[in-house]
Amino acid sequence: MSRNKMVKIAGIVAYFFFILFSFMTGFDPGKQIAQNFIDFSLDMFKILPCAFLLIGLFEVWVKKETVEKHFGQESGIKGYIWALLLASTTVGGLYVAFPVAYSLYNKGAKLSIIFTYISSSAVCRIPMTIFEASFLGIKFSVIRLWVSLPLVIMSSIILGNYLTKKGYKLMEGNS
Amino acid sequence: MRYLYVITILALFLSLAKDRRKTLRAVKIAFKRFANILPAFLIMLIFVSVVLFLVPDRLISAYLGSSNKFVGVGLGLFFGSITLMPGFIVFPLCSILLKKGVPYMVLSAFTTTLMMVGVLTYPIEKEYFGTKVTIIRNLVSFLIAVIVALATGIFFGELF
Repeated sequence: MSRNKMVKIAGIVAYFFFILFSFMTGFDPGKQIAQNFIDFSLDMFKILPCAFLLIGLFEVWVKKETVEKHFGQESGIKGYIWALLLASTTVGGLYVAFPVAYSLYNKGAKLSIIFTYISSSAVCRIPMTIFEASFLGIKFSVIRLWVSLPLVIMSSIILGNYLTKKGYKLMEGNS
Repeated sequence: MRYLYVITILALFLSLAKDRRKTLRAVKIAFKRFANILPAFLIMLIFVSVVLFLVPDRLISAYLGSSNKFVGVGLGLFFGSITLMPGFIVFPLCSILLKKGVPYMVLSAFTTTLMMVGVLTYPIEKEYFGTKVTIIRNLVSFLIAVIVALATGIFFGELF
């Protein structure tokens, strides 16, 4: 076991001891932290099983050639449009986008499209954008999308091409 | 959210009808992937629970609402980067701040970094992308958020 891993496990154990201790002694900050933990876990675990099942189905049913054609080296501008469309229908947020991106990458999507997908799934998810516009006005949302999306695509192309040239590979347990 | 369940169940049934073995393999892959990334999720949830305690909504709205617009943008960028909040809390909060007279550009700085910059999702991102690329991607996202906030200020006539 690496040192890094041991530190992580020690941290997690310490955290849960702290929570347990807080409940035993009635230490309010600890109880609130536990409440936050539960709230956020529930929120995420409502989405994650579905997300991973869909990823599993994607892995077995979608052919590598299909992904390569639409998201790969030869995909051109259309690839970025597909990435934006896929991002706008992604649920949850970044934490769902990462495993989806990893699957796409394994099936032959190129890095610049992967980065476009991730960053745009942060800014242009449809339900969120509608919600935003209803509270802050359409003008606010339109400015945000029109300014951020071109920058997202440009920076993704630069970063993707740079990393591809350096032989960078995406993998589970990359750290 | 309900659509997600409907789509997932439909997809599973369709897959089962077409090929049982493949479906089983899909479920196995789903489990394995999920199990692999679960420790990172756990660490992220621990960070989230602590940060949300240290930086609660009221604190954020108090800070964003009580300063001049440039300090406000800076604070918006800062709070947006280090916290994580679901949309159904953020936008109502922002609309209250807007009515209190907080400029659009401050809200834009806050919401855009909230969406794009993931200090708290770092444990997960790092598992797939590695430390270096994760840091670069988040720095770039931060810069984009700054530009978006400034553009918002210009379009709403708050800058000049």
